[in-house]
Amino acid sequence: MKLTRRHVLGLTVGAAAFAVAGARITPALASVEDTDKSIMDFTGGVAPGEGKITLTAPEIAENGNTVPISVSVESAMEGDDLVESVIIFADGNPSPAVATFHFTEMSGAALATTRMRLAKTQNVVAVAKMKDGSFFMDKKQVKVTIGGCGG
Amino acid sequence: MASKPRIKVPKSASAGEVITIKTLISHEMESGQRKDKDGNPIPRKIINKFTCAFEGQTVFECDLDPAISANPYFEFNAKVPASGTFKFTWLDDDGSVYEAEEPIEVK
Amino acid sequence: MKRLLIAGVALVAGLAATSWAMAEPVDDTLEIDGKPMITRTKAPEGHPFDEVISGWHYRETETRDLERDTFENPAMVSVEDGEVLWNKVDGTAGKSCATCHGDAAESMKGIGARFPKWDADSKKPINVELQINKCRTEQMGAEALPFDKGGQKELTAYIKHQSLGMPVSIDLAEGDMQSWWERGKEVYYTRTGQLNLACASCHEVGVGKFIRADHLSQGQINGFPVYRLKSGFTSLHNRFRGCIRDTRAEMPKAFSDELMALETYVTWRGTGLSVETPAVRP
Repeated sequence: MKLTRRHVLGLTVGAAAFAVAGARITPALASVEDTDKSIMDFTGGVAPGEGKITLTAPEIAENGNTVPISVSVESAMEGDDLVESVIIFADGNPSPAVATFHFTEMSGAALATTRMRLAKTQNVVAVAKMKDGSFFMDKKQVKVTIGGCGG
Repeated sequence: MASKPRIKVPKSASAGEVITIKTLISHEMESGQRKDKDGNPIPRKIINKFTCAFEGQTVFECDLDPAISANPYFEFNAKVPASGTFKFTWLDDDGSVYEAEEPIEVK
Repeated sequence: MKRLLIAGVALVAGLAATSWAMAEPVDDTLEIDGKPMITRTKAPEGHPFDEVISGWHYRETETRDLERDTFENPAMVSVEDGEVLWNKVDGTAGKSCATCHGDAAESMKGIGARFPKWDADSKKPINVELQINKCRTEQMGAEALPFDKGGQKELTAYIKHQSLGMPVSIDLAEGDMQSWWERGKEVYYTRTGQLNLACASCHEVGVGKFIRADHLSQGQINGFPVYRLKSGFTSLHNRFRGCIRDTRAEMPKAFSDELMALETYVTWRGTGLSVETPAVRP
């Protein structure tokens, strides 16, 4: 493309307009520290272990408004081998809390899917609380893309 | 517009079978983070709790925060011991309670 | 000024770099509740493309999956609201849509694939939204629904959903449809706004490229009203206006002659694609 002065000016305006259209109000976002603190509040200070819990989330979300997430925890869901709850956090949202799932023996399986909001690219964290007092954690980064089309 | 909640429960199951249930309710899930045209904050109004019970026994519950998307969707499992009815409840910040029921037959 | 120019050149370079990013439409097949959809088909004669491709192929996996199952599709609550309106008596004649048209599954089948069509009374193309208003004012003794209000989107989606899977095919031989098609074509290729963009700039010349992270599709309208992850349930004329606003141009009014011509032309550009209403898009 041959760049004339007119072209450059036109495109500068265009690019600037796109930049303005893309600007959005960014409220104070939760920090990784807030999330870590929330995890500790949930576990009562116990550091969660690895394994048992799987968090499924898209690597790239086309829009942060509706991001499907699933959690699944290995458990017989009977007697002492029971998942009591799974808490979900997002470490880059205005507040880290997303949801808490509560399971019972009637759940049959510790599995749940929902759709969540992500303000930007960040980590989603899931922590499972087992009946025996142990905790397990999984974490996935979701990249949130920002489209060019405001319509 | 107030829509009926959408619920998907199999019509029948075998005794002790673990089934999948899906629910979706129409709700804007106003996060409390947004501002109106005049710059005033729009107050939070979300569904803050969802429960599913079978014949009075809790199957699954969820505490929701404003990070849950509009039209909250849940997919979860349930063990079906016998024929009976699932009861679903959504609690709104404004005190409203939305309820629905779905029967299942054990063959 | 020099500084601005340098900034401009940097931005141009940035834009040019992103405009080189291309991605093919995803190779996948769409079945909705097991019903096969035509999402790629040979273009009609005189079409600028060899193949017309549904916007579904330009979306990420999770977005595509939302459309496969009518339970998971977030717009289906709105379609169900439309069904309630279909059966709701309104106006001085004491009628609902169902009073005359009965079961929409029977009477409305194919409507979503054939509109807009020629309306001899107004001597203009008529779309589903305006046909609803015509019925309301002429048959029901009810007020016309204002743009995007009073359940217009919901009822339109409910009616179009009855044609789910049927290939889009509008009759340009009827009345003066051909000249409205010509007029719509002119709108499609006319650059507007401070950004100096035509519909064709993004959806024909730029198809497959990225505007920031948005993968540009052919701009097909076979799934409207759609559920946008960004803004929820969205009508066609709202989307047209949004696109035009993004070019920094004055927006024509919904259902204006300009946009009715555009709807006629763009519907034709998707000839042969299945009606996907309500589609799911970012």
